[in-house]
Amino acid sequence: MTSDWPGVRLHVVTGKGGTGKSTVAASLALALADEGKDVLLCEVEGRQGIARMFDVDPLPYAERRLATGLAREGGRAGTVHALHVDPEAALLEYLSIFYKLGRAGRALDRFGVIEFATTIAPGVRDVLLTGKVYEAVERNRRNKGAVEYDAVVLDAPPTGRIVQFLNVSNELAGLAKVGPIRSQADTMMTLFRSPRTAVHLVTVLEEMPVQETTDGIAELRAVDLPVGGVVVNLVRPQELDADQLAGADVDAVARDLVAAGVGAGPGLVEGLVRTGHEAAERRSLEDRQRRLVDALGVPAYELPRLTQGGDLAALYELAALLRAQGMA
Amino acid sequence: MSAPQSSGEHLDVDALLDDRGVGIVVCCGSGGVGKTTTSAALALRAAERGRKVVVLTIDPARRLAQSMGIEALDNTPRPVAGADRAAGGHLDAMMLDMKRTFDEVVESQASPEKARQILENPFYVALSSSFAGTQEYMAMEKLGQIRRDAERDGTYDLIVVDTPPSRSALDFLDAPERLSSFLDGRFIKLMLAPARGPARLVTAGLGLVTGALTKVLGAQVLRDLQTFVTAIDTVFGGFRQRAMATYALLQDRRTAFLVVAAPEPDALREAAYFVDRLSEDRMPLAGLVVNRAAERPDGDLSAEAAYAAAERLRDVPGGGTGGSGGSVTAGLLRLYADQERLVERETRLRGRFAAAHPQVPTVVVPALPSDVHDLDGLRRVGELLAR
Repeated sequence: MTSDWPGVRLHVVTGKGGTGKSTVAASLALALADEGKDVLLCEVEGRQGIARMFDVDPLPYAERRLATGLAREGGRAGTVHALHVDPEAALLEYLSIFYKLGRAGRALDRFGVIEFATTIAPGVRDVLLTGKVYEAVERNRRNKGAVEYDAVVLDAPPTGRIVQFLNVSNELAGLAKVGPIRSQADTMMTLFRSPRTAVHLVTVLEEMPVQETTDGIAELRAVDLPVGGVVVNLVRPQELDADQLAGADVDAVARDLVAAGVGAGPGLVEGLVRTGHEAAERRSLEDRQRRLVDALGVPAYELPRLTQGGDLAALYELAALLRAQGMA
Repeated sequence: MSAPQSSGEHLDVDALLDDRGVGIVVCCGSGGVGKTTTSAALALRAAERGRKVVVLTIDPARRLAQSMGIEALDNTPRPVAGADRAAGGHLDAMMLDMKRTFDEVVESQASPEKARQILENPFYVALSSSFAGTQEYMAMEKLGQIRRDAERDGTYDLIVVDTPPSRSALDFLDAPERLSSFLDGRFIKLMLAPARGPARLVTAGLGLVTGALTKVLGAQVLRDLQTFVTAIDTVFGGFRQRAMATYALLQDRRTAFLVVAAPEPDALREAAYFVDRLSEDRMPLAGLVVNRAAERPDGDLSAEAAYAAAERLRDVPGGGTGGSGGSVTAGLLRLYADQERLVERETRLRGRFAAAHPQVPTVVVPALPSDVHDLDGLRRVGELLAR
């Protein structure tokens, strides 16, 4: 299946806490690598989640090669590099590259200015974090020495903060109306608002996350940031529908168990029927939330809840599912 | 159904809520683990057991907020009409307005003229609405205020606090200290130096610094910044004092911390971090609440046997539920097996936590099939918490 996002170079992945946004970001990076792309996976919140998922040592502020995609027949496999963006290191790098502030940069650090700038003015902090991401996306034109990436996947802050995070020039507006940092922010906004960027939202089929996703899409659209797809994560098995689950009947189940040669011990038949009835209740709530997701009018992708959970093999499995659905 | 309990000691929630020696319950944990629902359920249960309770929430789901009568973000506790007062208790609830709380602190510390100057400064606006940790700090500030009022007026004997979903576990405890140490920092002193006359700090470094700042930020920004720093310095003493008082209040033995988690690797790792941090800072930890746990289904079949039976059923000719060839039963067997697997995984994860933190009493709350958005739902959660 071809990708729904052929022209996108920056994939921003956001989502409510607990929906598995980092897992989805990592799976998307692998899926793009499976397509033969060289991908940079960035995290900006200091959680070292990437290192844990890929089972490597905590990442420094440097690009590290993490994994290789699964090559298609006749094709070349892409790579996944990872970068943990740290605002203080980014500021020092920014100062030395753009302002040639070698000595002054260190003086700033000594006077606590770096801490100050990255703490007090959240706008400045976000410009620095997103600035590094921007640099990686635009790199081929600017810096011939470094690895060039076909795509960058950003494990971004949660849905509640994503607009503030990406809408850097607006956030700075109150603080810096003119000046170099302001023009830097404006240049970055041009990329974020372009069709080369897509902001994907991760949700689960529960009321609050779906509501937040709906609100998030409206907020992104209100400031002209490009909405990508919605990834419905942690989906339970869909084998039976709500009616079949609710209709589970003690006698029929008991007959089937005999036919299957299961010596049903005490409580098993009732346990199975009760499992069915509870699944039916959950299922009808999920179906209602799924209808809301479908009504959002953006491409939706589904990933299952894996009962074994969380290792590298699972990431490859999820990556294959995203590819099959056209997300990469 | 039986809820698998962890190997650690069991947390007796009712004993905690009934203990008149406990005046503050703080619920902390990472985002998306059901912290707000847990706080609200604890508060309602305590009120219906006779305590005079106020619950401070940060960002409740819309329908839950409506059912508690706190849709408006007005920083004032409002009575929750549906709470049963038969036992002599009552419940108020409020949603925290971070910016307003900050404004109130400034207004109480500075002259009206100075306060206006601060409130209008663009740096103050940025700081008060999005400084990393401001929300945490303001939750604690509001807690301190309510506590003082409650002691004076006898309005409440229990305050339940929901904490913001922190970027990191540390924000919550560090926020008061960070805000005050920031305001006491070298940079602030540097910015204040010109205004204070004898420029002890004016070294070669200063020229470099202001030069660099002008280059990066622009001169206008630097001027705004200087105005802000000069203004905030006058209210700074008050901030520091309050931050320290709040910290001491949290350490008091009348406070009880509950760490809330879900049986997921990330949430439990954060919980472990919280537990370690709380004990390092000598904060009174009451226990761990593990929400959304899978429940072991009734029956003595192993997951493997259930998967195998589901496979065999596929081959049973026509002999199934309503002519469906046994497909419903096969589906149920697979659901049962998935559930067994999930329970095994969660038990392993909790076991790992308990092994590293054997001293932490724990209660495991099973996942509910539906969302909680009314007081009956909260009561149901309360009962599960107190099991």
